[in-house]
Amino acid sequence: MSGAAKLGRRAAGIWAALAALLLATLGAFAAASGERAGTAAGRTPKPVLVIEKGERCVEDTAYMRRNHMKLLLHHRDDTVHKGIRTEKHSLQNCINCHASSKNNSVLGSDENFCQSCHTYAAVKLDCWDCHSSKPKQQAATAAAAVAKAPVSAGGKQ
Amino acid sequence: MTDNKTTPVDEGRRRFLTASAAMAGVAVAPGVVLYEIAHGKPADEPASHAVRWGMLIDTNQCQEGCDECVKACGEENGFGHGTRETDSQWIRKVELRDMRTGRTKSLPVMCQHCAEPPCVDVCPTGASFKRPDGIVLVDRHICIGCRYCMMACPYKARSFVHERITDQNPDVPRGIGCVESCTMCVHRVDRDQQPACVEACARAGHGAILFGNLNDPNSEIAKRIAQYSTMELRADLKLNLGVRYQGF
Repeated sequence: MSGAAKLGRRAAGIWAALAALLLATLGAFAAASGERAGTAAGRTPKPVLVIEKGERCVEDTAYMRRNHMKLLLHHRDDTVHKGIRTEKHSLQNCINCHASSKNNSVLGSDENFCQSCHTYAAVKLDCWDCHSSKPKQQAATAAAAVAKAPVSAGGKQ
Repeated sequence: MTDNKTTPVDEGRRRFLTASAAMAGVAVAPGVVLYEIAHGKPADEPASHAVRWGMLIDTNQCQEGCDECVKACGEENGFGHGTRETDSQWIRKVELRDMRTGRTKSLPVMCQHCAEPPCVDVCPTGASFKRPDGIVLVDRHICIGCRYCMMACPYKARSFVHERITDQNPDVPRGIGCVESCTMCVHRVDRDQQPACVEACARAGHGAILFGNLNDPNSEIAKRIAQYSTMELRADLKLNLGVRYQGF
């Protein structure tokens, strides 16, 4: 056991030295490339979030950043299996607030709400294979307009 | 699979709740009870066993050649009026003809929302499930597209999505690789609205489809079923369907 621990310590020491070396190299490289690019942003483009609506989200920003997927998962199961359709924590509610005014969607470019962070974090988004990335209001108003006209026609019967 | 275990409990609970609702109706005031049951649940409450959603289709009112319900279903749930074999069909008009007399009937057939759904029995992932209020659904998050449920369904009610889909109705997510079928417009029912086909049929002036709570003895549908002779498709399978037909 003690031999193993000693080995472990030695290995840790080696790794620490290696890591320090790597960091130093990377730092030098980053500085050089930064100079080349001539930008303060560095090599990796940060997500550009354009939040059009909703000054305050349903939870604190820090909490939402870390836990939005958990909230969505929970709400998803509640909605599909139990029929609980509250707006807070629902995907539709996210979209209603965060869709871009440019293309009326949370997807489309790296400026759009969902796509910007997910591209940055390299996390694949497959919600939109099935879900609409556009807000509900338009569909709702269109449906209301469609529903209104024929109801009056039906009333004549 | 899990459904088999819960079914006896569910039915006992259902009978109890129906009976207590009926008794309350007699004891207090029928109007109050009617109001309570006739209105949909609040958005934050789960669907309950006290309700069983069902449809009654009056085949005498259903017109041959009319497909308003089919069109409305496609519009509401986001698929076209396609006729290719691979297109989704949640509801279809079926023409029946008596070979001896020549009498014809035209009627809509959709997912029958069985109380004992074979699709749920065979689903290997639990994606096919029955809500407490009797609506049979596919959870597309869990569906692996094996299509076992399509083979198990005696009514050929389910479709498979073969192609990539865009511009869905935000209320009705649909996507490639999943099985789907009539949801009784569950997103509308949860908001106290009628399914799209029911509304379209009423708009067309036929009113052949009646939607309501089968468990509530004061509902229009329960009264009609109590009064008139109705039938289930393939009643011999004893699946206790949520959709019934009148006037064959």
